Amino acid sequence: MSEGNMNLTIKVWRQKNAQTRGAFETIRLSGISPDMSFLEMLDVMNEHLMKEDKEAFAFDHDCREGICGMCSLVINGIPHGPDSLVTTCQLHMRKFKDGDIIVIEPWRSAAFPVIRDCAVDRGAFDRIIQAGGYVSISTGNAPHANTLPVPKSDAEHAFDAAACIGCGACVAACKNASAMLFVSAKVSHLSYLPQGKPEAKKRVLAMVEQMDKEGFGNCTNLFECEAACPKGISVEFIAKMNREYMCATVFYAEKTYSTDA
Amino acid sequence: MKLESNIPGGPIAEKWTRHKFELKLINPANKRKFTVIVVGTGLAGASAAASLGELGYHVKSFCIQDSPRRAHSIAAQGGINAAHNYPNDGDSIYRLFYDTVKGGDFRAREANVHRLAECSNLIIDHCVAQGVPFGREYGGLLDNRSFGGAQVSRTFYARGQTGQQLLLGAYQALMRQVAKGTVKMFPRREMMDLVLIDGKARGIVVRNLVTGELECHEADAVCLATGGYGNVFYLSTNAKGSNVGAAWRAHKKGALFANPCYTQIHPTCIPVTGDHQSKLTLMSESLRNDGRVWVPRKNGDPRKPSDIPESERYYYLEEKYPSFGNLVPRDVASRNAKMVCDNGLGVGTSKRAVFLDFADAIKRIGDSGVSAKYGNLFQMYEKITDENPYRTPMRIYPASHYTMGGLWVDYNLQSTIPGLFVLGEANFSDHGANRLGASALMQGLADGYFVIPYTIGGYFAGTKLDKITSSQTEFVEAAKNSKALIDRLLSINGKKTVTEFYRELGHIMWENVGMGRNKAGLEKAISTIPNLRDEFWKNVKVLGDKGTFNQNLENAMRVADFLEFGELLAKDALYREESCGGHFREEHQTPDNEAKRDDTKFCHVAAWEWKGENNPHELSKEELEFENVHLITRSYK
Repeated sequence: MSEGNMNLTIKVWRQKNAQTRGAFETIRLSGISPDMSFLEMLDVMNEHLMKEDKEAFAFDHDCREGICGMCSLVINGIPHGPDSLVTTCQLHMRKFKDGDIIVIEPWRSAAFPVIRDCAVDRGAFDRIIQAGGYVSISTGNAPHANTLPVPKSDAEHAFDAAACIGCGACVAACKNASAMLFVSAKVSHLSYLPQGKPEAKKRVLAMVEQMDKEGFGNCTNLFECEAACPKGISVEFIAKMNREYMCATVFYAEKTYSTDA
Repeated sequence: MKLESNIPGGPIAEKWTRHKFELKLINPANKRKFTVIVVGTGLAGASAAASLGELGYHVKSFCIQDSPRRAHSIAAQGGINAAHNYPNDGDSIYRLFYDTVKGGDFRAREANVHRLAECSNLIIDHCVAQGVPFGREYGGLLDNRSFGGAQVSRTFYARGQTGQQLLLGAYQALMRQVAKGTVKMFPRREMMDLVLIDGKARGIVVRNLVTGELECHEADAVCLATGGYGNVFYLSTNAKGSNVGAAWRAHKKGALFANPCYTQIHPTCIPVTGDHQSKLTLMSESLRNDGRVWVPRKNGDPRKPSDIPESERYYYLEEKYPSFGNLVPRDVASRNAKMVCDNGLGVGTSKRAVFLDFADAIKRIGDSGVSAKYGNLFQMYEKITDENPYRTPMRIYPASHYTMGGLWVDYNLQSTIPGLFVLGEANFSDHGANRLGASALMQGLADGYFVIPYTIGGYFAGTKLDKITSSQTEFVEAAKNSKALIDRLLSINGKKTVTEFYRELGHIMWENVGMGRNKAGLEKAISTIPNLRDEFWKNVKVLGDKGTFNQNLENAMRVADFLEFGELLAKDALYREESCGGHFREEHQTPDNEAKRDDTKFCHVAAWEWKGENNPHELSKEELEFENVHLITRSYK
């Protein structure tokens, strides 16, 4: 199939690093095919730029099939662009029209500093998981897999939460740059399952504390996060996390137990 | 070089147990005195780093992505095999072992495969305990599905996102160790070189991809879990960042590369649409449980698929392989898709595609039934192709997906360099010439959770390791070489972009070293790749600075490695005068176009040794002995 005939005006955010100020650069593109993915369109743009001895536009991407969570662009004001339930890498140019102006920005949040252009540092998410987003089980400890039945509905709810890819679109969509959808997805995934129950209270307190430390804002129930989420993670998990958090603040007291024999 | 596989003695089912006892131990207080570097954070790397941290080793973990959670294991869709025999359909550790050896077309090491089968059940137990949300039955117990190359249902799955859920389990275990301080995490780092001191792997040089700084890290052992080299074809189902760099740099430092010609071309991928294509998307093999593969019997049939009557459809897999039908192994399915397209029966605008049709399944279980099983895959297909697979059959075509070859390792997963261990897809050992579906996740996690924690202890207990620092000459020298490589790339300032070279290489590889290989094509590849490489080093355009986040420079280095590696892959394919698994030499086929092995001449691992820039590789062989599974012609008919 031949390449297409869409003409586009692209306004991309260029920023050398976190210390310098950024600005939009306007680039005109022609010959774009509606069958291209959005990132393939950017590949074409970068090839043009490099042919003119201009440095390529930096953006994060890896799997290009919507699962690694690495791609992260705000397209015309919407994280992951105008299509629903897809990441930027799965967005296709058939969602745009010939002559369109497309504005591309990074995830904007104090907790996600810009590395270059639209590549940002999402290390804050890793640190939130480090605070407690796991089940404390070391290799070798596991009981036989079927000794603990899990009601199918609990397993399915856990899965719905576990589907989060950690891309950060929820933060980018939120006017408060809140990470509540991300944090609540992990809290809910593990607390729906019996394996996660023993640490549930400790986990929610620690993860919320770390989230606050990282500088993410609070949730004011606008649900922009759910609308932007490429995996359809529901804000019901935020409600669940709030309940668990309340409960934990009342009933959980940190105690240190001796592990000496 | 004499290759010592170090396979323990005794009956196959007792080897691993016996070996674990014979391996010397390191006492808990001494473990923290050892530093282990783990490169890569996919299933193998993350599980290894976490498990070694849990044991008390001091671990440094490196990945090229912004977070370890993004490694490409995350994209595995279908499932993970284990021999629990929950469906009561006749599975056992021995059967999983048998199917895997046979599936690999008798080119894997028996002892490794049996160990893999033994570990499979432990993996499921462990992942469930971590909170991996596997598919369950209403009674609350785990569910299984079928996969290619097996007649039992032994595949555990988490919707179409099994790799994601398993990787997040390993990632969470890794994050737990980071919080505990046993593992130090280094994201956005690319391995530039392996550092040897007194012939042992003692560290690595990495490039910090954000600052461009070259960093030296010393250790007592290095584990590479850096995945496969499927991106040598340019278009593949791999992530864009997946590369052969770390393995190739280790190879140039003395690690032998085994069976590079064993590449897996996955039968069910979304076909190419144009020159802009940057990657190919896999549609899980699990779809072949319910989807039926067919092409029109008539050459160039212009009718809509739904208008073609049953009698004029060629269900070629079901007709040729009645007992396995659509669930034949991947190599067989891919080769047959190519064959029908070569015969002019292909569909779609490119005519390089076949139908994967769900009409029968939808009749049987309805849209909702199909959606419950494959919803996310159907959605992905529709987003990419703009066609509704519930109403019209999917169009699929094979694409480069997985690579069975890799760095040669012994039974302990140790390469030919002492102290360099290789895990997961990056090594060569368990899948022979063809990997069965749902076995990659199993191998990555077996290596990381249940093999390396034992074998690395044996290495430390039996090896004298001198105190070293990262300011030693060997590190300084390696960093200097890495800097020179970068400076050289940035100074060329040629006319062609990195991607242009990469596409050309991919084209050479796919046309000549792809699904069907022959002497003339392979020789052509071997003669054209060096020319392309020379041109690359004279005419590539790499812009920007080395001291910044520079994706152009990163890509240039990866492509430079592929330009060397591709030639070795073609040479190995030319050397192997037989057809086996994913390696199909057109000269060696049966009258009905099946792969024809030559067990008298090629029942061995071909391991290649780097002999310097301008010298040919040297071949070493490890003979494969089949004491349990008898060498037979693989048949799925």
